[in-house]
Amino acid sequence: MIYEELPYGSRTRRTLSGAASVLFALKIDGPLVVGLGLISAFGLIVLYSASGQSTATVVRTVMRLILGTVAMLLLARVNPNFLRRMTPWLYLGGVFLLVVVAAAGHTGLGATRWLNLGLFRFQPSELMKLAVPMTCAWYLHERPLPPSFLSLLALGALIMLPVGLVAIEPDLGTAALIAVAGALVIVLAGLRVRVMAALFALAAAAAWFGWSFMHDYQRRRVLTFLDPQTDPLGAGYHIIQSQIAIGSGGVFGKGWMNGSQAQLEFLPERSTDFVFAVVGEEFGLLGLLLLLLLYMFVVARSIYLATQTQDTYARLLAGSIALTFFVYVLINAGMVTGLLPVVGVPLPLVSYGGSSVVTLLAGFGILMALYSRRKLVGS
Amino acid sequence: MPAVHIKDHWREQRLFDRRALVIGALMALATVGLIGRLILLQVVRHEYYSDLSQGNRVRTEPIPAARGLILDRNGEVVASNQPAYQLELVPEEVPNIKETLKRLAALRLLRPEELDELRRTIAVSRSFDSVPIRLHMSDEDVARFAVRRFEFPGVDIKTRQTRWYPNGDLAVHALGYVGAISEEDLKHIDRASYAGTALIGKLGVESTYEEALHGQNGFREVLVNAQGRSVERQGAFVPNLRTKAPAAGEDLLLSIDLKLQRVAEAALAGHRGAVVALDPANGGVLALVSLPGFDPNLFARGITPAEYGTLANDIDHPLFNRALRGTYPSGSTIKPVLGLAALTDHTLAADTKVFCNAEFFLPGSRHVWRADKGEPRGWLDLPEAISRSSDVFFYRLASTLGIERMAAFLEPFGYGQPTGIDIGGEKAGLLPTPDWKRKAFKRPEDQTWFPGETVNMGIGQGYLLVTPLQLAHITGMLAERGRSFRPRVVTGIRDTAGHTSWLAPIEGAPIKGVSDADWTVVIDAMIGTTHCARYCGTASAAFKDAAYEAAGKTGTAQVYTVAQNAKYNANTVSDRLRDHAWFIAFAPAQAPRIAVAVLVENAGFGASNAAPVARKMLDAYLLDAEGKLKPAPSAPAPKPAAPAAPAAPGPTVTTAAATAATGARPAAGHT
Repeated sequence: MIYEELPYGSRTRRTLSGAASVLFALKIDGPLVVGLGLISAFGLIVLYSASGQSTATVVRTVMRLILGTVAMLLLARVNPNFLRRMTPWLYLGGVFLLVVVAAAGHTGLGATRWLNLGLFRFQPSELMKLAVPMTCAWYLHERPLPPSFLSLLALGALIMLPVGLVAIEPDLGTAALIAVAGALVIVLAGLRVRVMAALFALAAAAAWFGWSFMHDYQRRRVLTFLDPQTDPLGAGYHIIQSQIAIGSGGVFGKGWMNGSQAQLEFLPERSTDFVFAVVGEEFGLLGLLLLLLLYMFVVARSIYLATQTQDTYARLLAGSIALTFFVYVLINAGMVTGLLPVVGVPLPLVSYGGSSVVTLLAGFGILMALYSRRKLVGS
Repeated sequence: MPAVHIKDHWREQRLFDRRALVIGALMALATVGLIGRLILLQVVRHEYYSDLSQGNRVRTEPIPAARGLILDRNGEVVASNQPAYQLELVPEEVPNIKETLKRLAALRLLRPEELDELRRTIAVSRSFDSVPIRLHMSDEDVARFAVRRFEFPGVDIKTRQTRWYPNGDLAVHALGYVGAISEEDLKHIDRASYAGTALIGKLGVESTYEEALHGQNGFREVLVNAQGRSVERQGAFVPNLRTKAPAAGEDLLLSIDLKLQRVAEAALAGHRGAVVALDPANGGVLALVSLPGFDPNLFARGITPAEYGTLANDIDHPLFNRALRGTYPSGSTIKPVLGLAALTDHTLAADTKVFCNAEFFLPGSRHVWRADKGEPRGWLDLPEAISRSSDVFFYRLASTLGIERMAAFLEPFGYGQPTGIDIGGEKAGLLPTPDWKRKAFKRPEDQTWFPGETVNMGIGQGYLLVTPLQLAHITGMLAERGRSFRPRVVTGIRDTAGHTSWLAPIEGAPIKGVSDADWTVVIDAMIGTTHCARYCGTASAAFKDAAYEAAGKTGTAQVYTVAQNAKYNANTVSDRLRDHAWFIAFAPAQAPRIAVAVLVENAGFGASNAAPVARKMLDAYLLDAEGKLKPAPSAPAPKPAAPAAPAAPGPTVTTAAATAATGARPAAGHT
């Protein structure tokens, strides 16, 4: 796999297929691309069914996949050092755009997230999903690890500013994902276990404190958020229908385009946030296991690539990108199966819509760029 | 905190690797938890969720069963089903409901005063459900809407099955009717089996045999989407849905003869009254009339409050079933039974003569019982007293017998008890006894039975009350010499395969202890009523030249008690307080095929107003087109057995045989 290590002109080198040469030239990691490609292909098959056989939806998703692939290919060729130097500017630019969104954004679905750039609409919060871990990695790059207390305060501020701006849009799901991406960088950087324990204790205390000061109706709202099944016609409707969809799918599923929950529109958001349930209904437990296996392969490969990078910035950023990807999967699956509260987190590469496909592939492009240059540091 | 921090890349790398490994392991653990959750949902609880998803997507729609037909004894349709046109509106497909309704009203398809009510009904309906806005459109309505249909998106004409009574009000009081299912009905029925059904039997045989007529609803599974709308397919596939065809209701075969029913209703037309005709040999109701009647189609198509108000407030009470629920003094129709009582009791013999003058007194009482002006005077025997309806004879007879003995003899005939006919609502009438009087009255002075009340019983007046049905039943028992059959309207039930199960006649306890000779005396006396021999019976004029021998008895039931020292004068008494006219008869007297009781309200004397109705009915039932006695139905012309015997007309032979057997006098060209 690591073609650079092979002497130029060796038999192995020469027997590399044309495709591998192309991948090498493009600084692309073959297994990762294959994994991502398989997930996307599976996603398109599911999406055709989940959208009610809408070819237009599939075509639009293919367009976004192409756009994301282009972003991936471009970013994979970028010099990581250049990327690192650009990081603070990217962060400042992103924060600026979030402020603009807050001031003059386009309102869609009850929340102001979009920036209309004439040709296409753009979600600055998507940009921050990458910019925040990049900034954290950039900040820790020159500092000794594990991070000092002061560094933690600074990092906390760097993370909370964009998270706060996204949260007030309001887009709690994306805000949480941005925070997770940043936090993962810090944890990977070696955040001490006792500090983590202290933060957990603090959070628990704050929650208890807040709870004791809440009115009954506010408590009910929190409880409904945590356990939507108590409100079967309101917040619980989604989750009940998605559990019915998954459960009725059984081991082998009802068959492609034959899931009654999805096809007859009992399952809300069937092609976006709840597409995982469509997989469960139509392809059964086996389909879901296959999908999870693909995700795990992609994450495992990404973590491996992250461990192979040489400098702190690359390592932390690559590790965050890899793990955040799986956090998406776990949160989405947990929410659709009723394990977690319903927050708007799409299933990566399968859910229809938005700039998340582009962001995800762009992230993997950065990951590949970081990995492909690892030898250059030493030489 | 150390003063100097030097980046140790090697150590940082190991730290990172360790952290990545731990986080990766934690996420793998989370994945295992997730897979556990999936196994719980998809394997352990799979069936539970399958059921839920099935319930989500499939809606069961009822298919109402066609209601069974009702046919008379000759196979003529009494009640059937008919498609009716109605206007229906699907709210979500109508751009402007208010405007649409207004324009429909302008087309005279809706009444302006009902628009607000309709708008409310539409508002509470589901937007995709078809709401009926106009029932029972005439062909003209349908045509008027059809040409303008394109102007009314979302409004369309639908057909549905409704009950149809082709003969209108004919026999309505036996038949009953179907009407909209009421809250009261819902308490008695299985709602599931009535899903999709709008009508239910309300009275008469429609109600009694509701279960047989209703049939079994079928159902159709319909694929629905989350909005509850029925859809053709689910994704790319057409699922397998179950359908169960409805089982149509069973047909009822009535003993009623619509031809006879028509004759009876025509004969009684213009009067208030009731007629019940029975086949005495099995209790089958041949005709059941209560006039005035009403059109049951009004109820089947949904009666309007105004129409109902008109019926309910009519002074002639068309909704009131006089045949079953009207209770009247029996009048003189009780005399044959009381005569039988006296003979059986040996109070008198058939030839015992009793002197009757114009008045009757009880010993020690100044109350006068007057004879009617047409009554026979002088020495009378029982047959003459029955045939000529002597009141004074029966005053004496009653006071001799006494109330206890009379009541004991009357009771087995069914006085004061419902006959048990197979249609509901029947009244029991009243057979008064001293015992009854003690219980019925509160004040002690009212509880005493007076001897005068016994005397009144002798001519069927006083507290004694009977229904026309009861009297027909009693007449049938006289005809059958004490055999009793429970009256019934339905004789057979035909299932959808065409197989008819005939209901066996239900025989009641016969009259015991009456000698055959005594039956003959009384029946002969009743024959005397319709004939002129030594003397003319009270109904001899009505039965002049009858082609058969009829046994009858007239009766007059007082509505209005004439004051002492006053004379009842029909002309001075208000129309509705005039006496009711009764006539009971059976024929042919020696082999009875029909027993009939006729009541004409406020018609005065039974002989002149009720007997002619009975005569017309007996003629219609017993005679053929040439005015000859028809062969007895128990021995029908054996068509398949003797198809090649045209030279000697079979019916004539049978008629002759029947005539010989019954001993009826040969008819003298009655036309």
